[in-house]
Amino acid sequence: MQRFPCPFCGLRDEREFHYAGELGKTRPATFTKVSDKEWRDYLYAYRNEKGAAEEVWVHLTCREMFVMCRDTVTMEVIETRALRKEVSS
Amino acid sequence: MANTYSALRLLREAMRGHKGWGQAWRSPKPKSEYDVLIIGAGGHGLATAYYLAKKHGVTRVAVIEKGWLGGGNTGRNTTAIRSNYYYPESAALYDFSVRLYEGLSRELNYNVMFSQRGMLVLSHSEPEMELAARTVNAMLINGTDAELVGPERVRELAPILNFRPDARFPIHGGVFQARGGTGRHDAVAWGYARAADALGVDIIQQCEVTNFLIEGGVCKGVETTHGTIRAGKVGAAVAGHSSVLAKLGGYKVPIHSYALQAFVSEPLKPVIDTVAFSPAYGAYFSQSDKGGLVIGGGLDRVPSYGQRGNLPMQENVIGGLVEFAPALAKVKLLRHWGGIVDVTPDSSPLIGPSGVDGIYLNCGWGTGGFKAIPAGGYLFAHLLATGSHHEISRPFDPDRFRTGFLIDEGAASGIAH
Amino acid sequence: MTARRLASGGLIDRTKVLRFRFDGRDYTGHPGDTLASALLASGVRIMGRSFKYHRPRGVWGAWFDDPGAIFNVALNGIELPNCPATTTPLIDGMEARAVNAWPSAERDIKGALDLFHRVLPAGFYYKTFMWPDWHLFEPSIRKMAGLGSVDGQTLEGFQTDQIHAHCDLLVVGGGLAGLAAARAAAEAGQHVVMVEDHPETGGSAYQLAQIEGQSPERWVADTVDAINVAGGEVITNATAYGVYDHQLVAIAQDRGFGFAPRLIRMRATKCLLASGALDRPLTFANNDRPGVMSLSGAVEFLSRYGVLVGDQVVVMASHCLAHSQIESLEAAGVRLRVIDPGTDLPRALSGKYLSALEIRGDLHPCDTILTSAGLTPVLHLWSHAGGKLIWDETFATFLPGTGPDWIEVIGAAAGTFDADDALAEARAKACGGPAPSRRYSYSATPPEAHLGSRHRQWIDLQHDVTLDDIELAARENYVSVEHLKRYTTLGMASDQGKTSNIAGLSAMAALQGKSIPEVGTTTFRPPFVPIPLELYHGAHRTQQNRPLKRLPLEPQHRAANAALGEYGGWLRPGWYGGGDPQVEVQREALQARETAGIFDASPLGKIEVMGPDAEAFVNFVYYNAFNTLKPGHIRYGFMLTEQGVVYDDGVITRIDENRFIISCSSSHVDGVYAHLEAWRQDGNDPDRIFVHDTTQNWATLALTGPKARAILSKVDLGIDLSNNAFPHMQMRTGTFERYPVRVARVSFTGDTSFEISVRADAAVTLWDALSCHANPIGTEAISILRAEKGYLIIGKDTDGESMPHDLGFGASRTKKSAAFVGDRGLHTEKANGPNRKRLVGFEVSDGAAPLPTGAHVVTHSDGKQITRGFVSSSYQSPNLNRPIALGLVDQRIPEGTQVELFHLGKYLTATLCAACVFDPEGERLHAE
Repeated sequence: MQRFPCPFCGLRDEREFHYAGELGKTRPATFTKVSDKEWRDYLYAYRNEKGAAEEVWVHLTCREMFVMCRDTVTMEVIETRALRKEVSS
Repeated sequence: MANTYSALRLLREAMRGHKGWGQAWRSPKPKSEYDVLIIGAGGHGLATAYYLAKKHGVTRVAVIEKGWLGGGNTGRNTTAIRSNYYYPESAALYDFSVRLYEGLSRELNYNVMFSQRGMLVLSHSEPEMELAARTVNAMLINGTDAELVGPERVRELAPILNFRPDARFPIHGGVFQARGGTGRHDAVAWGYARAADALGVDIIQQCEVTNFLIEGGVCKGVETTHGTIRAGKVGAAVAGHSSVLAKLGGYKVPIHSYALQAFVSEPLKPVIDTVAFSPAYGAYFSQSDKGGLVIGGGLDRVPSYGQRGNLPMQENVIGGLVEFAPALAKVKLLRHWGGIVDVTPDSSPLIGPSGVDGIYLNCGWGTGGFKAIPAGGYLFAHLLATGSHHEISRPFDPDRFRTGFLIDEGAASGIAH
Repeated sequence: MTARRLASGGLIDRTKVLRFRFDGRDYTGHPGDTLASALLASGVRIMGRSFKYHRPRGVWGAWFDDPGAIFNVALNGIELPNCPATTTPLIDGMEARAVNAWPSAERDIKGALDLFHRVLPAGFYYKTFMWPDWHLFEPSIRKMAGLGSVDGQTLEGFQTDQIHAHCDLLVVGGGLAGLAAARAAAEAGQHVVMVEDHPETGGSAYQLAQIEGQSPERWVADTVDAINVAGGEVITNATAYGVYDHQLVAIAQDRGFGFAPRLIRMRATKCLLASGALDRPLTFANNDRPGVMSLSGAVEFLSRYGVLVGDQVVVMASHCLAHSQIESLEAAGVRLRVIDPGTDLPRALSGKYLSALEIRGDLHPCDTILTSAGLTPVLHLWSHAGGKLIWDETFATFLPGTGPDWIEVIGAAAGTFDADDALAEARAKACGGPAPSRRYSYSATPPEAHLGSRHRQWIDLQHDVTLDDIELAARENYVSVEHLKRYTTLGMASDQGKTSNIAGLSAMAALQGKSIPEVGTTTFRPPFVPIPLELYHGAHRTQQNRPLKRLPLEPQHRAANAALGEYGGWLRPGWYGGGDPQVEVQREALQARETAGIFDASPLGKIEVMGPDAEAFVNFVYYNAFNTLKPGHIRYGFMLTEQGVVYDDGVITRIDENRFIISCSSSHVDGVYAHLEAWRQDGNDPDRIFVHDTTQNWATLALTGPKARAILSKVDLGIDLSNNAFPHMQMRTGTFERYPVRVARVSFTGDTSFEISVRADAAVTLWDALSCHANPIGTEAISILRAEKGYLIIGKDTDGESMPHDLGFGASRTKKSAAFVGDRGLHTEKANGPNRKRLVGFEVSDGAAPLPTGAHVVTHSDGKQITRGFVSSSYQSPNLNRPIALGLVDQRIPEGTQVELFHLGKYLTATLCAACVFDPEGERLHAE
């Protein structure tokens, strides 16, 4: 059983988390013309890194999405950080 | 074949201490060039090589493997073989595979022990029974055998299951495919390897691809730990590591890698004949000829290239199994392991061009690659030999992610892959 | 007699006698015995049969390294399969029988199979049974295979504990090294947990004459006391069986025969692996005969159970520490001869029992042969954790190489075989120090495999893998370790290669002229020892398995004789009244159209979306336009996947400018909530939108039917219910008793309906106020009512390909003036294609029965039958007094067409019609 550090709640059991996808996907502006290939790549082209990967995860109990960098072979968690932008104050 | 297997030959060899058996396959040095080079000596890669040689007369074929042949998912699965699919495209593919399996031992002269003891998918409510009826009808229309079974028939087929009315998921019936069953996974790889080798195919183990040889945008071979090997066409059949190879080749595949666990118990005297699967309990099991319960379930929660299992899914699968068949609670788990599977968005495979000229793909089989080995190999060989799809493999071309013609069985029929 | 019990010594309690049966005969033993030790002490040699040839098997090892003696054991009405005799503590009244043998291990009728061993070499089954077909041979082969048997009996009252635990230091193995380490660490202030798989701690300590000037018993007891005093925890009968990701050590604690085991998920900051070492068997001719045993095993039987395994013993050992074990056996009175086989192949001679060892033409009479070809550290957990194994030439075994920082190996498992060295090492490593250098050296010189011999030499005792089989595998080029073990089944027996692995590797190495590391080692996979499936049962037990959501009004429904069933994860009333379901459901559906019915709609989603960007957000996540929805108004909408497929439908109420309530399908609340959060946080400004699921905070009763308004008027809500003041698809707030109430005029039946929502804790009050005026109706009746109107249920009347334009909602697809989730997916080649399935109704001819749900519409082309769609919902309509049905059918088949339907081999006909067959003008919906 793995444990992931939620940036908001701390270290928690993997069963509290859900994998949401790879980091860095930007939804094309669909109100304008999006080609079949562009749309396919947005939906289906994955890096699926072996080794260090940057992913978006959800902590199901606090509902926050966050970025997790981890090694997909050793399962080592390298870093987690909030997905939302820094609040400027 | 000088090395033909038969009961008679076995008797004769018994007289002379089995000294007369030859190698099941050679361990050749790679030649500098082949007509077709297949990356990955798993079931699909080996079957592809066999059918290239057998059906298309293409014998200048190499299969290169970074580990040992059959050592990946071919040797790490739960050996189920079935074609209980909903969509005609899937049914055509998987039923073709079952048909090839039905004659495979004799074709390869290697007993792959395809045992058609049936595959039972349980329904635990009336709405699930309605879906089961829809699935059975689709299967019958697709030309696959199928039987809609009620609780009494389930009790006949698998008396060890939980028939208590107060069970969390009471048994209402299900879908039974009598032609489904299990095979001896290693034997499938070894049988194809031996038969392909006999037709002149070079199987080169312990040889890892380090790069593709791309000339003028066209793939002309591969760089390996054993040097450069040129080839007219390159086929990649590397389940679990398709994305790694894609990165080397500069193409993209719609795949996530996940660990899929499998479990085997200590050997028992026969307790169940069929493969029994309960989607609600999240577990399925069968019993091998040796007597071990072979148990499987869903994918691990975390995308992974680690060839090992993790506890949460283990607890779900085994915990679910004990509810599904409570009399097995006292049986002991002997061994468990994990394989890395290619998961595509529609959980259907990819057969077709990669997007880079000269490189072709056979991947994305998800949790169900073993049952598709003969068909996967047959169709991939057709593609590599002729440059165009066999009609059965055409719907599985990666282009479907552009056109939207996904083949998503899970969404259609409730039968998980 | 070959073996006997000594008058003193060991950990057993000779003052008490336990009675048990084995293979139908009575025996006795003592508390502290295992089944194996008690049988050995009673002179029983043959305790099992091998898997393939049914050769007689005795015990080889004294603990988990025995592949030979496997029993089905019954006690107090519970029978457990495949219990190793060497690890099953003896309990008075046990009834044991050897598995895979009949009538007994001693006289197994299948023993004759061994005569045919020449035609049954490794992998023989791959070479035959192909003609005419495997099916003809398989049933008898299956019956021959297998070990223990399982009856259909269920273990009642089992409840497996599952415990999450933490500690600073986990010590695996409570032998000499483990005990010393645990004590040192505990006394240094660490939170220490030590697990030991025997019922008592000490491991092989009892084999020693003295430990640091004390008797082993005393030293062990003192050390355990000290660990406890220092706050450490000692868990016995507990096996650490696997190491999983993120430093999780899984421990199975046996809580006694017939009791549920306990799973401990241990999260240790650091782990010391003190799992000891095993004897590597010596490979020689007939080395499988009962009476050929592990040297350490024999000493263990002596020191722990007071059992002398033989009278006249030959010892062949090829490591330098064997002498102390030999001495202790001699001291106990064994007539013992040590033989160095040198380069010759020894051969065991036996009739029914072992009679002699022959070597170099000499016969050495004996009843027992003890061997050790060297010590093999137990490194399974090290390997699970990712630690490497390095072959050591001097030790002639694998030792721990590099590995993760958090786990270290000590004692015999690390190759520190001497007791004093192990103690010093354990104490140093327990406190994080480096291991002191060893004072005693160790070396082993196992003999080379004798290839090409005409005698059978066993490698895997349970699976009958002989050296000939390894030679055959090599000849056929199954030379990698993975191929070797799979082809020969070497190491796949219930001991998982603990006894056979190294012997097999060294044989293959000799065959190929390679070194053992060149041949490789197999990966150790969990579990270290077989663990009961029950271990994982825990929270998956009965109703705890995916628990149902429960309604606040469940007691009221029960009082109304509701048939409660699972609908979308909720326990809901299917129908009421307790009579024949068909009759009750028809009655309810009729009543709802004639007067009114109350329906508990509490599971319907109630997800609030608030904030300045709420309008744009709802407009984006829904297919339909919501920017035009006015406050107080309600609109029906589809939520799509990015592929354009309908994921959910719901009604969305705009409470005010910046606040919406999404009422999604009961079964989709979690999914819709997750979908909303995903888009809120990824792609929108999460500070300007807030999403909150209030589904279970509110109870909702739907009142539907021509009398709905009249009935609701009897309850004072402070809301004008008249048609003009409160039209369809609007929402009003009011007060019920002292509770705020929301009333939505929406309808899933086609009749005037009001959905009244109150705080969950006011549900009973509301129920009492309404149920005295109208009868409740269940989910099944609602299904009929909505089907009469052609209203779809997502997932039932849609599938994973359905898009809004298939369901009669094509407008937004082309006309919506903003981007929305799924928009691009609605314009792929497939989405635009001609062969889409659209929602339709079916009419059957007069007097025909309702269509079977799941029947397919078929047409024929080129002699082939093709599916064109299917029946998704089908009912007898009490209001139309005829069958009705909905389905998804190829849009190219127009309404009015008579179609052929296929169901389980039979054909039916029906005519396609509009989905809505009741009140198609919708007059009742807006009725006064």
